[in-house]
Amino acid sequence: MANASAANGSSAPGVNGSAYPITDHTFDVIVVGAGGAGLRATVGCSQAGLRTACISKVFPTRSHTVAAQGGISAALGNMGPDDWRWHMYDTVKGSDWLGDQDSIEYLCRNAPAAVYELEHWGVPFSRTEEGKIYQRPFGGMTTDYGKGTAQRTCAAADRTGHAILHTLYGQALRNKTEFFIEYFAIDLIMDEEGRCRGVVCIKMDDGSIHRFRAAQTILATGGYGRAYFSATSAHTCTGDGNAMVLRAGLPLQDMEFVQFHPTGIYGSGCLITEGARGEGGYVTNAQGERFMERYAPSAKDLASRDVVSRAMTIEIREGRGVGKDADHIYLHLEHLDPKILHERLPGISESARIFAGVDVTKEPIPVLPTVHYNMGGIQTNYHGEVVTKKAGDPDFIVPGLMALGEAACVSIHGANRLGSNSLIDLVVFGRAAGMRVAQLVKPGESQPELPKDSADKSLSRLDKYRWSKGGTPTAQLREKMQRTMQNNCAVFRTGEVLEEGSKLIHEVWEGIGDIAITDRSLIWNSDLLETLEFDNLIIQAVVTMDSAVERQESRGAHAREDFPDRDDVNWMKHTLAWANDETKKISIDFRPVHTYTMTNEISYIEPKARVY
Amino acid sequence: MVEFALPKNSRPVAGKVWPRPATSKDVREFRVYRWNPDDGQNPRIDTYFVDMDDCGPMVLDAIIWIKTKVDPTLTFRRSCREGICGSCAMNIDGMNTLACTKDMSTINGAVKIYPLPHLSVIKDLVPDLTTFYAQHASIEPWLKTDTPQPEKEWGQSPGDRSKLDGLYECILCACCSTSCPSYWWNGDRYLGPAALLQAYRWLADSRDEGTGERLDNLEDPFRLYRCHTIMNCAKTCPKGLNPAKAIAEIKNMMISRQV
Repeated sequence: MANASAANGSSAPGVNGSAYPITDHTFDVIVVGAGGAGLRATVGCSQAGLRTACISKVFPTRSHTVAAQGGISAALGNMGPDDWRWHMYDTVKGSDWLGDQDSIEYLCRNAPAAVYELEHWGVPFSRTEEGKIYQRPFGGMTTDYGKGTAQRTCAAADRTGHAILHTLYGQALRNKTEFFIEYFAIDLIMDEEGRCRGVVCIKMDDGSIHRFRAAQTILATGGYGRAYFSATSAHTCTGDGNAMVLRAGLPLQDMEFVQFHPTGIYGSGCLITEGARGEGGYVTNAQGERFMERYAPSAKDLASRDVVSRAMTIEIREGRGVGKDADHIYLHLEHLDPKILHERLPGISESARIFAGVDVTKEPIPVLPTVHYNMGGIQTNYHGEVVTKKAGDPDFIVPGLMALGEAACVSIHGANRLGSNSLIDLVVFGRAAGMRVAQLVKPGESQPELPKDSADKSLSRLDKYRWSKGGTPTAQLREKMQRTMQNNCAVFRTGEVLEEGSKLIHEVWEGIGDIAITDRSLIWNSDLLETLEFDNLIIQAVVTMDSAVERQESRGAHAREDFPDRDDVNWMKHTLAWANDETKKISIDFRPVHTYTMTNEISYIEPKARVY
Repeated sequence: MVEFALPKNSRPVAGKVWPRPATSKDVREFRVYRWNPDDGQNPRIDTYFVDMDDCGPMVLDAIIWIKTKVDPTLTFRRSCREGICGSCAMNIDGMNTLACTKDMSTINGAVKIYPLPHLSVIKDLVPDLTTFYAQHASIEPWLKTDTPQPEKEWGQSPGDRSKLDGLYECILCACCSTSCPSYWWNGDRYLGPAALLQAYRWLADSRDEGTGERLDNLEDPFRLYRCHTIMNCAKTCPKGLNPAKAIAEIKNMMISRQV
């Protein structure tokens, strides 16, 4: 391979896609993604005796679950009286009544069992004096239906996600999971009846193509925070599963709801856990005022994330921000006992030192609301099965396909997720999916042949970008997208700004025809993979912006200044958005919120004003 | 087994010098190891110039700047950019560390970047970690219990829990193992500091009932005893952990069960 034309991989096959050799695999179940949800589902499927493959573009412990800090919510009652019904009330209120209450009930009542299971598997939770799991206060978590402050968030110092992810990886090893690590999923295989039959991947270290056939495909591919310029999300949070679902002709739900975490470090965007406020931290403006007392007289700094992020944004906008440009806010921890900081917040103490040059025992951390979580995603029921709106049925099950974690929209988080409800989402629904698959699939069941063209779509997509020779490098388009989302789809929104945003983001989407990549090789071609990831991000960005244009009310994280109130009469409904990748057109529809619970042990929680 | 000199076709040669940014005042020089598996050529050291006024403070910011603005073919792993996922481990300025938490202002002169040492290179700064992961799996990183599980959590006192501090925080970045001369020499048979730190994490867990089995699994002239307390692991760990101490604790447990 010494000749010059081979130097950039151009000797490899792939003129029109069909020339890529394909390795075939058949499994009972494939799980795409090896974060908390993917690994929990993988373990469940393996334990049910199903032949399970777990596919991930990064080594499992590099998944973004690893960065979760503050904790995992469950009404264990280790610190005082607690009840899963109170947890449910808080989650419904946190969701601004957009969450489906049957799913929320499923989450909250199964949360304690899921946490005990993690503990039995070895998660090194922090402990109370009696040797129980330590639980800390978190935003929006209350006792007795809003009356007191709950300590419900189970913590392993401020590295809870890391502790859980490493433990789940160990369990997957123990259950002899077959991992396909550093395989990048390109597209789903859908058959004519609309059943998902598997997924096509590229193996990153040699560029070979792998076609996975399975009776069930589970997407646990995380969020798409990197559609924005500043996010706490990892570089790999590109929502690949969401985009695959859109390209498969299925909708994404509630994509306008993007959570801004109040305390990303100013500049770098690195996360400072809400647990910092749970342990007694507070935010101040330029006048040194604890302004949250004005915005949320009762919960103060522990109000819901959307509430705190809006308050901070208003303070900055009205000229009371701190710093040279009066463009951020201070988070104070210096009044806390250094022993507590060392024991319960060691990770963020380190982050503040490295990324802000701050000694948290002496000075405040400069922070800013930063994109953190996508409430929207792939519509599912509480078994994890993907549903769509079809022939008038808003809950039509898509056979063969499931989705979990941040990629999914069950919907339990509705219009705003409560802190520590994401980790519990991963394990409760990861577990539920495993149980559901065990009911649906018989181990070793024979599977029909795949459609002849099953890999064509994936390969032509890969090949198109691999040889793209336009005038715009991927990084340039990506930055345009990120700036547009940051400017036009932020904490506060208006019709005018969103309309402009929609025009701009569609321009970026159209611009993909002129994309250019430099690296043509097949071995670890990160230029190509980043381009596939950009292609995934932009379709979600467009869907997010257009869903936001549509919703003319303010609810949870979607704050419209031109429609400042929640409108339950017209807008108590989920947004569904379809995207056509060929015509670059978006279509929007709606489906009703589930206004019923799962059992009669709790009745539907009626909407009321959301005050903290 | 270790090789004293790199094979001929692995020796880095002088590479391309990429253009300087035209207008910037504050420019930093980077010398980066490149190897393209497709071209049959030796590895080379490319020189890049980064506009520091347009770039964040960390080494990862700089290599992303290079990939974004100068050379999209530069290949490296990265994910969380906050020191918790362990993807961007590489050899920077002579030390193994995470690019995302390595502040460039702490480096004098040109910033020299190589892949983690003594691993096969897949491309540029991406090494093959297959063996490293297999070694981690071999210590059986899960809680082993025989006692029937309680309905709720296993009890663990804060004191017992604190014995896991300095152990459980490992991010499997492989900085320590690939800095260890003994691992360079016997990387196929010696488990290396990262895997042994994790072995001790489970041995030190008051809930774990697999001590005998775990120690049996390590009772081997190579797996454990190739640690010669060189301490590079503790020096290089970007999370400030001390694998050498954990290894010494395992050796202690080995001895105390024999007496």
